[in-house]
Amino acid sequence: MNSVNPTADQVDETPVFYLKEEPHHAPGTLLGFWIYLMSDCLIFAALFATRAVVGSNYMGSPLPKDVFNIELILVSTFCLLFSSITYGFAVLQMQQNKVNGTLMWLAITGLLGAAFIGIELYEFNHLIHAGASPQSSASWSSFYALVGTHGLHVSFGLLWMVVLMVQVKMYALTVANMRRLFCLSMFWHFLDLVWLGVFSLVYLTGVLL
Amino acid sequence: MSAHADIEQHVEGAPHASFREYMIGFWLSVVLTVIPFWLVLGDVLESANLTIFIIIFFAIMQMIVHMIYFLHLNTKSEAGWILISLAFTLMLVVIAISGSVWIMWHLDQNMMPLMIEAARALP
Repeated sequence: MNSVNPTADQVDETPVFYLKEEPHHAPGTLLGFWIYLMSDCLIFAALFATRAVVGSNYMGSPLPKDVFNIELILVSTFCLLFSSITYGFAVLQMQQNKVNGTLMWLAITGLLGAAFIGIELYEFNHLIHAGASPQSSASWSSFYALVGTHGLHVSFGLLWMVVLMVQVKMYALTVANMRRLFCLSMFWHFLDLVWLGVFSLVYLTGVLL
Repeated sequence: MSAHADIEQHVEGAPHASFREYMIGFWLSVVLTVIPFWLVLGDVLESANLTIFIIIFFAIMQMIVHMIYFLHLNTKSEAGWILISLAFTLMLVVIAISGSVWIMWHLDQNMMPLMIEAARALP
């Protein structure tokens, strides 16, 4: 009987394979999220590479310089840049533990992000009507794959932002919510960073070639 | 470690952002965005290749500005792991993009006109 159910003494004699007091270390959430962003970076690298390889295969479809509206892209670029700085202001409000300020700046960021998506959808509609549809040529397929993937990321960022605003409204700025807000800020700034590559390599370079 | 103590010291490992940093990043970004758009919209330079080179240069500069002032990265973030993973990713990105362009360009060069004709004749 004893051999099956060891007494308390016997348990204490067994070697200890773990520390009862965990040594203090920072939680790895932000590093983990950063590594996710780096993997996202590889998705965009693959799409940029596709664009670089087949970008000049038009096969009779409209050329970028005839259909791109660079002024419109300037507006959407600034929407995204302004949304980056307003998210920064939300983080500053969060650091001072101000719930309403955080919510207000998040809402402004969300509106700017929505404006960016709106402009992108308008642009896609315009391009498709001008004959530059995804199925018209390899070049336009790669364009929609790259710009569309970025747009999808921004859309899901907006969804995440709405969910977080509800969370902050309901539970205030708890540690968990602040961590989430910080992850979203990394995601949001990262998307702005990818957009720099898109407007430089796809739009500005596209109208010059 | 109580939850209360945590609230006061913010999220552990999260860098402390400042208004000044965001404003520096924002104004640098505005300048680095406006110049390439101005070059293209105003048809400033004769050479398209030079313009493209400048556009790419400004894009890389602005990416660095974003990483420093918006993402608050430095060599010590997360004990250096951020920088190492970034360097590794950049290496993969460079290999993927330059490798794809290089190999596909060579395949294109190897397509002799005769082969193109033959390819068109395929059912």
